[in-house]
Amino acid sequence: MFDSVSLYRKMLTCRRVEEAIAGLWQEGLISGEMHLGIGEEGINAGVLDHLGDGDAVALDHRGTAGMLLRGVEAAAIIKECMGLEDGLCGGMGGHMHLFSKDHLAASSGIVGSAGPTACGFALAAQHLRPKKVAVAFFGEGAMNQGMLMESLNLAAAWDLPVLFVCRDNGTAITTSSPAVTGGSLEERARGLGVSGKNISGVDVEVVWHEAAVMLDRARSGKGPSFLRTTCLRPQGHFLGDPLIRMVHKPVAEMKPRTGPLVSAAMSSGGASIAQRLAAITKIMAMIGRTARTQLGSAHDPVLQMRKKLKITADDLAGLEEEVELTVKDALEQALQSLPAGGEEATK
Amino acid sequence: MREMTFSQAIEDALTQAMKEDQRVVVFGEDVHALRMNLYTRFGEKRVRPAPISESAFLGTAVGAAMAGLRPFVELILIDFLAVAADAIINQAAKVEAFSGGRWKVPMVVRAGCGGGYGDGGQHEQSLWGWIAHIPGLKVVVPSTPADAGGLLLAAIADESPVFFLEPKLLTDDLLEVLGSGGRTTVTYDIPTGGRSGPVPERWEPLALGRAAVRREGTDITIAGAGIAIHRATEAADLLSGEGISASVIDLRSIAPLDRDAVLKDVESTGRLLVVDDDYRDFGLTGELAAAVLESGLPARFARIAVEGTIPFDPKREQKVLPNVERIYEAARRLMER
Repeated sequence: MFDSVSLYRKMLTCRRVEEAIAGLWQEGLISGEMHLGIGEEGINAGVLDHLGDGDAVALDHRGTAGMLLRGVEAAAIIKECMGLEDGLCGGMGGHMHLFSKDHLAASSGIVGSAGPTACGFALAAQHLRPKKVAVAFFGEGAMNQGMLMESLNLAAAWDLPVLFVCRDNGTAITTSSPAVTGGSLEERARGLGVSGKNISGVDVEVVWHEAAVMLDRARSGKGPSFLRTTCLRPQGHFLGDPLIRMVHKPVAEMKPRTGPLVSAAMSSGGASIAQRLAAITKIMAMIGRTARTQLGSAHDPVLQMRKKLKITADDLAGLEEEVELTVKDALEQALQSLPAGGEEATK
Repeated sequence: MREMTFSQAIEDALTQAMKEDQRVVVFGEDVHALRMNLYTRFGEKRVRPAPISESAFLGTAVGAAMAGLRPFVELILIDFLAVAADAIINQAAKVEAFSGGRWKVPMVVRAGCGGGYGDGGQHEQSLWGWIAHIPGLKVVVPSTPADAGGLLLAAIADESPVFFLEPKLLTDDLLEVLGSGGRTTVTYDIPTGGRSGPVPERWEPLALGRAAVRREGTDITIAGAGIAIHRATEAADLLSGEGISASVIDLRSIAPLDRDAVLKDVESTGRLLVVDDDYRDFGLTGELAAAVLESGLPARFARIAVEGTIPFDPKREQKVLPNVERIYEAARRLMER
């Protein structure tokens, strides 16, 4: 049964945990890159709500919400992002490499690698865990990766119980995906023998029902499915995405880039003026596209679900306060785990 | 002489190469953003964004190089080579040998390498030993802006597949995007040298496979490439305070490897310490140990390299990567033996 209150709680928890992680990153308590799934909550929660013990999930570099939704403690995830000894993986993996053997949940920073891993999880399920399934999460950029296309075919050929979930925000790092992708992704999956569907990832209820059908198919031995879900990711590819910074602080961020850019456009030697204009036009279009990804409430899966909840205002306030407190508690646990002088750790 | 950062030198030398030779084409992930200036100047036909399809675009570079272009592929990080190993190991590296030397593959793969900014063990590897292991491939690792530009030009002019690896701690562009992301709340242990420096008015190719003596010494030879050179130079300063005179040899190229330059120096010092940001086993450090043994020189040997998967935790990462303290301690131990 679709339980809107429970789904809302899950989505809100993901949002708040990832916001907390973003805060820690800004403060310099998390090093390196940080890829979050803000804007994708409807997809993550709508699919993973169907998973239980013995089901497996292969995540990409954007796996914090997936781990959370499979039941990994928020504090363990936050601590892992901070590289702490008592984090989920002892501080060895970091946010791109989260692993929980108990949950059969693995992630990887290599684009497309969730496909083969999920096939392996599904093969093991065929042998060892009848009726169990594997889910692979990846972006539309990964759909151009050979290993992912190969795993679609393998899953079809071997009737593997896999659900391939493509989270499509239309942009592969900074590249417009349609500009580097031939054909449609659902047709591509179908061409490889995997039936596919294309839905909006903003409405968790739609995702939930579609995933239910596809996972039932897999559990009953009818093989893999492909679910393409569209979403907007307001933070871009990763926190500190230069394109997002250009949109928010155009003067500060563009200034150091403009000089070299103008001189490149004007220098002798190079393409024709028409070709140079075409290139500049595409750069401006890239920045414009980024500006349009800012999450208005119409594209925010958490706010959309909130609007549709049929509970009293008091109950809603209670639920939201509970989520805030849970996340606050996890954050406090993580901060308490910082070794003395730990703030220097990432410096 | 002009003054440039490491990243500026690379882009400037690449611009010169593209101006001089229409056959030089750039492609790879996000090149319209990474090479925004070149994209604007030379247009999309010569600076072309690719899908996240390393097997396809590296394999395409091999074919294009065979058929007359001089592709310059932006792989972003050397870790991603693993995704497309066949194109390089079984195709690019083999064509010249299989064709009896009649057909060559003049292509360059540029990628960031190395850690020190807390990005985890799948994005911070060096992997040059892996590349150098394969006959038919060349791999260079510059440590200064002047070398970066000169080696880049040589790599483009070379008739073989050449990997151009760029230590991320020396760059401003890669480190900004992958490390700080606009934050002022993080800092790294960036070497004092190498991030900017004098470069020639006009780039000339530097011969591949020639080491540079960065510092002359009489007691111990420290050899390495990339970041290791700056760490070794700092360690050598400390060692001189103890009356130990260390020479520092910047290999600049892992394949071909300038064994002679190292052996010549070891002949006078009698001690070799190899510092490597790549993995220890079956790599550069062992290769130089073999060179010393094969030469018959009566030298003492020690090495510092990465011994396991690089931890995400920045504190542990610092200990795993070669640092000044480890080099200093290892050099002192080698003096005592």
